[in-house]
Amino acid sequence: MTGTRTPGGGADYLLEVQDLKVHFRLPRRNILTSGGTVHAVDGISYSVRRGSTFGIVGESGSGKTTAALAAMRLAHVTQGSIRLDGVEMTTLDGDSLREMRRKIQIVFQDPYSSLNPRMRAGAIVREPMDLMDVGATGERDGRVADLFHRVGLRPEQAGLFPHQFSGGQRQRVGVARALATQPELIVCDEPVSALDVAIQAQILNLLRELQHEFGLTYLFISHDLGVVQYICDDIAVMYLGEIVEQSDRVSLFSLPLHPYTWALISAVPSARRRTGDRDSRVRLQGDPPNPIDPPPGCRFAPRCPFAVDQCRHEKPTLREVREGHLVSCHLVGSDGVPPYAAAGDAS
Amino acid sequence: MQTAAPLLEVEGLEVEFRTRQGIARVLDGVTLSLKPGQTLGIVGESGCGKSMTALSIMRLVPTPPGRIGAGAVRLKGENLLQASEARMREVRGKDISMIFQEPMTSLNPVYSIGDQIAETVRLHERLSRRASLERAVNMLKAVHIPAAERRVREFPHQMSGGMRQRVMIAMALACRPSVLIADEPTTALDVTVQAQVFDLLKEMQEKTGTAIILISHDMGAIAEMADRVIVMYAGRVVEEAATDEILESPKHPYTRGLIACVPHMEEQPPPERGALTEIPGVVPSLAALGAGCSFAPRCSHADDLCRRQAPQPFTVGTDRRTACWLYDEPGAP
Repeated sequence: MTGTRTPGGGADYLLEVQDLKVHFRLPRRNILTSGGTVHAVDGISYSVRRGSTFGIVGESGSGKTTAALAAMRLAHVTQGSIRLDGVEMTTLDGDSLREMRRKIQIVFQDPYSSLNPRMRAGAIVREPMDLMDVGATGERDGRVADLFHRVGLRPEQAGLFPHQFSGGQRQRVGVARALATQPELIVCDEPVSALDVAIQAQILNLLRELQHEFGLTYLFISHDLGVVQYICDDIAVMYLGEIVEQSDRVSLFSLPLHPYTWALISAVPSARRRTGDRDSRVRLQGDPPNPIDPPPGCRFAPRCPFAVDQCRHEKPTLREVREGHLVSCHLVGSDGVPPYAAAGDAS
Repeated sequence: MQTAAPLLEVEGLEVEFRTRQGIARVLDGVTLSLKPGQTLGIVGESGCGKSMTALSIMRLVPTPPGRIGAGAVRLKGENLLQASEARMREVRGKDISMIFQEPMTSLNPVYSIGDQIAETVRLHERLSRRASLERAVNMLKAVHIPAAERRVREFPHQMSGGMRQRVMIAMALACRPSVLIADEPTTALDVTVQAQVFDLLKEMQEKTGTAIILISHDMGAIAEMADRVIVMYAGRVVEEAATDEILESPKHPYTRGLIACVPHMEEQPPPERGALTEIPGVVPSLAALGAGCSFAPRCSHADDLCRRQAPQPFTVGTDRRTACWLYDEPGAP
């Protein structure tokens, strides 16, 4: 799997994740049985270009959030390598880990539960600076005011408590807090999915402006393909702990190769694409299976409408079939023709 | 379908809630009509009155603090707002039934799903226990739950989210209601499962001829499911039209904003991305609404008239209405 990801040669990667595994042991149900292991993230590799937005999409249970938390060392890393700015993160501890964490911040999904209800907004934004010792003590309040202004809040609102803000404003506080330590990488874990659509646009625009202004790099987790297509430059599609397809945004949506990506795209109801092509869509049966006992062979095979015997026994590997476009599927030929294209010709 | 008499008519519905900030008018003159077999979408942001409209139709508004102040809800001509509580118990589940956003919390965790489906049938159709359980199995088969005979004895926690929503649909349709209200039925579900639930709702609608009111904040979901759409804002209907019309040429500035602010997934994404259209500001507090149009503070077209007086719905074209002063005169933009 190594070596496949050097398109452009000298591209500058801020975050490089190699063969990352995060497994959770379940408690045993009784003394005779073992508890089983959740393969939440099972051997993924990706690299995030400096100043770009890397998206991870997938359904619930696909491991997308765990993959991002592990990159911050907020989930226990079972195996693999995470390099931030060339520094191996997995072996750091204590002060050196804290110092590296200054460079990574996170914006959470739920702006209601991710802000301490008993702290004033200004103190929430200031806290990371105090903890990480960023800037001179006397200048921190001024910087809080600047940050409030920058994310579209009034500096005097720093005195308010979280419940006095609307959902969109709370998320702005969350963004200001993430910016406080002058990070290089911000993990955005479904940052707009708890917000009303009109407010989503405000936050997405804000994130893009901040990226241009500060040269930020985003690791963007989402299940919403419309949002992902809009904000991400490169996208990895996860299914049951593995990356099944990875590409830049244009070719992922214009030429999805993996049957799962195709199904995901065709499941999105769209206000633009009205009735008519309903029949040509791929419909998946059932729900995503349990990551405790992933099926042998290709993990998507039980739900895949095109699966053949090989898929059920032999595990496909992620390989590059077009420039910068990686897919993990037996059925995609070396010429990069997706299986549903062949199926369409046959009927 | 165009000529059929309306099955359900809501007229001038007003609902008020007593709050600490004063009286909040959560529904203000809501009018809609639903024909047999039709799907009507209700779209809008949180707090605009979508769910409250549904609860009012079912007469489930918590009273107090809520109160249905004025208006009529006519089901096949019968005004439900004047019906007795006993009559309403007959109507709920039999003539109008409802499915909710979160299938886990709307199912009873300590009864098997078979018992829960059978209960509806037993109460409304006075069937025996055995006959009603048989109906439950058949309903589970109809909503494509595999091994229905076994599943009927299982409990909600043994099922996935998508499966539970299928159970909710089976329960809601067990007595063949003429109206099904689906309040954000797929919001808690993954997108591939959402697609399955939508397919199922359409299939069941074709089989049973039930009319559907689909409440959603997602214009894409509405586009996929609904024949007609009403757009609500701050307790009022601001626009009503056929789905195709509203998507092609939204009239009300709020509807236009709502469609434009969502990043749409394109099959050929443009390489360059501009900023998304924003609707500035937030939904106003309902307890502090002034006399003017409630959208005026967020509207780029607002003028003095808008701030002074709320517009009544104006008819535009043949079969659509919008509550915006821009459409006061025929032939306006």
